[in-house]
Amino acid sequence: MTTSAAAGIVPPGLLAPAGGWSRRHPLLRQAVLLGGVLLLIAFAWEAAKWLAGDPWRIAIGGFTYTHTPPLAWRIASDISLPHLWTIVATLFDPVPGGPPLWLFLTGAAFYTLRTAFVGFAAGALLGLGLGIVFVHSRFLERALVPWVVGSQTVPIIAIAPIVVVALGASWISVAVVATYLTFFPVAIAAIRGLRAYDRRAGELMRSYAASTPQVLWKLRLPASVPYLFSALRVAAAASVVGTIVGELPSGIPEGLGRAVLNFTQYYVTAPERLWATVASCAMTGLVFVGLVRFAEAFLTRGRYRPAAV
Amino acid sequence: MIPDSAIPAAAAAATPVVEIRGVDKTFATASGGVVALQGIDLTIRAGEFVSLIGPSGCGKSTLLRIIGDLTGPSAGDVLVNGKPSHRARLDRDYGMVFQAPVLMDWRTVSRNVELPLEVMRYPKADRQARSKRLLDLVELGEFGDRYPWQLSGGMQQRVAIARAFAFDPALILMDEPFGALDEMTRERMNLELMRIWRETETTIVFVTHSIPEAVFLSTRVVVMSPRPGRVNRVVAVDLPQPRTFETREERRYFELVTEVREALRGFEEAAAVDEVVDARIRVEGIG
Ligand SMILES: Nc1ncnc2c1ncn2[C@@H]1O[C@H](COP(=O)(O)OP(=O)(O)OP(=O)(O)O)[C@@H](O)[C@H]1O
Ligand SMILES: [Mg+2]
Repeated sequence: MTTSAAAGIVPPGLLAPAGGWSRRHPLLRQAVLLGGVLLLIAFAWEAAKWLAGDPWRIAIGGFTYTHTPPLAWRIASDISLPHLWTIVATLFDPVPGGPPLWLFLTGAAFYTLRTAFVGFAAGALLGLGLGIVFVHSRFLERALVPWVVGSQTVPIIAIAPIVVVALGASWISVAVVATYLTFFPVAIAAIRGLRAYDRRAGELMRSYAASTPQVLWKLRLPASVPYLFSALRVAAAASVVGTIVGELPSGIPEGLGRAVLNFTQYYVTAPERLWATVASCAMTGLVFVGLVRFAEAFLTRGRYRPAAV
Repeated sequence: MIPDSAIPAAAAAATPVVEIRGVDKTFATASGGVVALQGIDLTIRAGEFVSLIGPSGCGKSTLLRIIGDLTGPSAGDVLVNGKPSHRARLDRDYGMVFQAPVLMDWRTVSRNVELPLEVMRYPKADRQARSKRLLDLVELGEFGDRYPWQLSGGMQQRVAIARAFAFDPALILMDEPFGALDEMTRERMNLELMRIWRETETTIVFVTHSIPEAVFLSTRVVVMSPRPGRVNRVVAVDLPQPRTFETREERRYFELVTEVREALRGFEEAAAVDEVVDARIRVEGIG
């Protein structure tokens, strides 16, 4: 009776998602979208400068034109909001006694990303571990979750120096600071996600006389994956913040933290450098979150119906 | 007690797989106890196909869950394969199928069938061979690599059935497994289930709302009455095996359908009156 089975074959359109180029190349679509929004921001930025910034002169060949904005807002002045081309140009200026700024920032970003990754991994494991403990013990959940929540009300700038003094000024203490910010969203999501499995699937496992670790491994953890990954995306961004903040008191010279500190001091004379650094911090966070998304897509491939056509 | 005449001759000789003795079940709720089952006595022998039928809320699912030790009785004993039901569950004596397929969406079809085998630590080669064989049995041999969302509802339910049979349990408990399917798919699934039941020689306890389905599939139909849930009547289905497409056209089939319907009707009328009274009490606010 193969005909009856064949009659149930899913039409090929469902298996290979149909649609335009954007659906076939989700990565490309994301890049185009990002670029588009970036252009919009750039446009708004320069529009504000045009309207209310400091006067400037445009020189193209022999022709010069001086633009005097009709308004003058402090927020659009060259100190608050340097021209985008000033920021781009400063990327190619060398830092004092060093490589061009872009190279320096890229190196710093990689250094920070590495520490952030260690902190993130430790935080994710810690958060998941806590979540697993809490969903198996109401007692420990009641006793400890308030402390977990409370831990996050302490500002990270207060925690960072304490950790650095306690563990010594090394990248390890910095990673610990990142862990401190990372474990929380993961723990909270794990508590929810590990309880989000289908009750009937739970009864099915019970009917197989599955052990608690088997239920955890074969049902609760896989069912919690969507919850965990939303938290991991938040955690990835938080770990970059934690690392940068942690780098400040530990005096680590290689990371973005020191760059932020330095260029803050010279902000009045060269605001474009801080802006360039801020942009690299954002890029670092974005790259990390992107990597997490990528890992999620890989781990859950095939598992869901592709988005409705 | 079940009259002996209600047990088919072949089954009467076979060993009991399920023995239910004086089972009561009361659920504690905010507004007091709900008596779901009262004084249930039922013996199911090896190779039988027993349907539980009765109006909604009469405790069919509860009885099935008690047999499977997913919930305990408030009073009475349940023996499965001669052991307390708890022991039987730990010994993996039964497979379970619900109304919904309850497949794991992160596993492919064949790995869904392998799930109980993984839990029971079957070696990998054995798991794969069994999964292949069972999927062939439910005619989904080519779909092993798909994910559940790529299958229709009826196909998913067949996967659930393959999964329940994968570890050769002596007993299969099914709670309205075809309840969500359309009439045509349902009739085809009934035929398939009959074939699988014959080929595997399992004992099946099957909850349904459909009188024709119960008569077509069963060796005995247990008609239950509500409030509290009791066994009202047991109808022995003496239709010849194997049941085929033509079975549904036999006179005896219609007679049995009528018999079950009449057994159900007696208290359904009573229940309808109950409901009217309940509604009136609610409307008029009489406690
Ligand atoms: N966990 C529970 N807590 C309280 N009451 C329950 C619980 N489970 C079932 N009941 C009650 O027990 C009675 C029997 O329920 P059960 O689900 O066994 O009925 P059923 O015959 O399977 O109904 P249906 O045909 O609608 O599936 C109902 O009155 C129901 O409200
Ligand atoms: Mg039910």
